[in-house]
Amino acid sequence: MQQLLNTALGGLTLGMVYAAFALALVLIFRSTRIVNFAQAPMAMVTTFIALTLIDAGYSYWIGFAAALLAGLVLGAVVERVLIRPVEDKPEINAVILTLGLFIVLHALAAVVFGNAYRSFPAPFGIRGFEVGGSTIALTGFGVFTIGAVVVVMALLVALFRFTDVGLRMRAAAYNQEVARLLGVRVGRMLTLGWALAALVGSLAGILIAGGSLVHPGYMDSVVVYGFVAAVLGGLESPIGAVVGGLTLGVSLSFVSGYVGSELVALAALGILMLVLTLRPGGLFSQAAERRV
Amino acid sequence: MLTLHELSTSYGPVKALQQVSFTAREGEITAVLGANGAGKTTLLRTVSGLQRADSGTIELEGRRLGKVAADRMPGLGMAHVPEGRGVITELTIEENLRLGGLGRGRRVQPADLDRVYDLFAILGDRRAALAHTLSGGERQMLVIGRALMAGPRMLLLDEPSLGLAPRIVAQIFDLLRGLVQSDGLSVLLVEQNARSALSVADHGVVLNLGRVVADDDAATLAADDQLRHAYLGF
Repeated sequence: MQQLLNTALGGLTLGMVYAAFALALVLIFRSTRIVNFAQAPMAMVTTFIALTLIDAGYSYWIGFAAALLAGLVLGAVVERVLIRPVEDKPEINAVILTLGLFIVLHALAAVVFGNAYRSFPAPFGIRGFEVGGSTIALTGFGVFTIGAVVVVMALLVALFRFTDVGLRMRAAAYNQEVARLLGVRVGRMLTLGWALAALVGSLAGILIAGGSLVHPGYMDSVVVYGFVAAVLGGLESPIGAVVGGLTLGVSLSFVSGYVGSELVALAALGILMLVLTLRPGGLFSQAAERRV
Repeated sequence: MLTLHELSTSYGPVKALQQVSFTAREGEITAVLGANGAGKTTLLRTVSGLQRADSGTIELEGRRLGKVAADRMPGLGMAHVPEGRGVITELTIEENLRLGGLGRGRRVQPADLDRVYDLFAILGDRRAALAHTLSGGERQMLVIGRALMAGPRMLLLDEPSLGLAPRIVAQIFDLLRGLVQSDGLSVLLVEQNARSALSVADHGVVLNLGRVVADDDAATLAADDQLRHAYLGF
């Protein structure tokens, strides 16, 4: 019973991070039909920026804020400089560009930040809380992780639902030409979408790094899980991304705890294949309503 | 109000509009008629900046529109309701309307929404429903209402009768007539359904293969048997 609870709690924390990462992919995909493969190295770079500041003596929170801000800027720059010039071309061109960016950022990070493993601090305890004399798998940092992702998601929901800018962004995502005719500056909305996505990706990056080791490739496995989570949710639905992330996190935690940790990556692919076979549009598919 | 002068547009080697000139006068409904492929939709797309003209000029209230981007048009008092309705089905009815109101560059007031709900009671009853739940006629009402939210002086309408029952078409055309009379709205109405369009329009322009073949009062066009048989199909 206790192991069951601990496995679920561990999965929940991890699932929140996958959810954030999946959300970053979905935010870009649903407005541009581009899967941003560079999301992981972008988050890695912003996490290294935070680490550089923290190692220079600034507090964790300065580093945290800097990482999110750097994500915002990096996302906007990537959209303007890299994606905008191929906007009118088939989506595959942009996807290949993000793959190129993946490689470039990896190499650059190794040159600038070094290729060694470096430890990343956590602002809260990374030991489990004690409940009734036994330790449970929920840590102070875990609570912070869950809280941070929930807060950011709530802010995003509020932005999309209740603000004019959010309405414009949704219109631009669903129908660019109609949005343009209604006076929406679609280009600006796409830039903002990439910026917000990269911010959420950066959040995932710094949360995974907390209390652990980072190196230029530390996010690469997360991109696989984040992508699986996004596909579970149908690649278009932000809610789907969150549910997909949590489902995947908890499932993988059970695989790791009860079957064997070496099977986690395999299990992720198994889940992906299962979902794609049974519900090709993802758990939240609305395929019937979608124009093609 | 809106004056086109020797406007030409092409898709690659295909010439869609050739030297098109006419004026849509203020406070009137001007119908642009012609068969499929005559260049009617291209004409609207060029006017609203979605399509680039090869040559010629477009003037709205004396102002040259040449290089003005489509997303600036609502600010200049022009609204374009595209063919195939252009409802954003993933948004609610009210969100669609609010979006239209944002085009004018200031906050959407409840009074603006109420005005549209007064015109189209059915939209007011279902304001929180997703737009994809609406029927074809209701969608047409929604896009017209959405265009009105920006307070346009010039309304471009592309085939509003497409796929709608004659009764609904009559209802929508009556409403347009009313808006022209009450608000002094000017309308450029593209239609394949020439008979209905001429019954509501003040003026008509007939396109054939991208060229203007007739430009006259609606009543005169409707009375011209030869023209009707040759180009208008009724």
